Amino acid sequence: MTKKLAVFIAAMGLVAALYLQRRVSRAGAPNHDLPAPAVALVDLSGNNVSPARYKGKVVLINFWAAWCTPCREEIPQFVALEEKYGSRGFQAVGISLDDPEAALRDFCREYKVNYPIVMGSQKIAEGFGGVLGLPTTFLIGRDGRIHAKYVGTTDFPKLEREIAALLAAGP
Amino acid sequence: MNRWNDRLLRGRVVAILVAAAALLTTLVAGAQSGGKDGSTAQPPSPAWELPPGSPELIRPAELAKALSSMGTKAIVFNVGPRVIYLQAHIPGTEYMGPAANPDGLEKLRARAASLPRDSFLVIYCGCCPWEHCPNVRPAYKELKQMGFTRLKVLYIANSFGTDWVEKGYPTAKGE
Repeated sequence: MTKKLAVFIAAMGLVAALYLQRRVSRAGAPNHDLPAPAVALVDLSGNNVSPARYKGKVVLINFWAAWCTPCREEIPQFVALEEKYGSRGFQAVGISLDDPEAALRDFCREYKVNYPIVMGSQKIAEGFGGVLGLPTTFLIGRDGRIHAKYVGTTDFPKLEREIAALLAAGP
Repeated sequence: MNRWNDRLLRGRVVAILVAAAALLTTLVAGAQSGGKDGSTAQPPSPAWELPPGSPELIRPAELAKALSSMGTKAIVFNVGPRVIYLQAHIPGTEYMGPAANPDGLEKLRARAASLPRDSFLVIYCGCCPWEHCPNVRPAYKELKQMGFTRLKVLYIANSFGTDWVEKGYPTAKGE
């Protein structure tokens, strides 16, 4: 009887530990290795900037808002990445959530944004598996699959290493 | 009889050791997960308005428990961006719009005007990390100035997705 109880307790402990471990990995890399969603993205100039258009490139999708302080602070670093890697097969795309269009255009002028900006929507956000906090950034490999997802402030040194590695992997 | 007692004692010792090991494993895994409601994510400075730990704040686990209990009647206002609200929100929430904007703040003021000042009110946003949220502080200030005495702000350390949805608390979507 006592042995059975001991086995039962150990089994429960193992189940609890496995459950918590699973939650950690889920929170760390949701949407990982899924194909990039087939969403239609049109930028402020009316151009098609959907992920499918950039097949073969390394694509960064940044969900952000001009009213969001940490998002704003990241923009110059995305501009720098586009400048540095744009000619080597890298493409950044910004998707703004809940910004008035006029304010967004002003912001892009002021920050000299050198990559396409899209007015976001519920449909676009849900196409990426849901965006329930800003900033959120996805990195799509040349194979069209989501390589990484950053929720919250982006770790730029890590991001740049990943971009360089994905670019080096070749088409 | 003594042999029986020895076996019983040995069995109990083994059971206690196994239970302790299981508990330790669970605690270690729990610590790695960062706590149920992001309680281990400490913002770097206590100097902001509504700093973590303020009595005005309510943690996700507490609110989820309060809302699920039959006796608690809370009025919950979302004062954040619409696109996030449409994807997921706390069931029963009334959407007010971003309180950082004059329109959102006016809607909140108008809705709250008719409520008894001892209503249990909860406001939340969850758009961004707590210290950067532009919406909860103006909303809190407005309602406090209106005289609400049972006013709570949901403390969302990282985002609504991380600290509410991924923790498995109830959500609804759409309007």
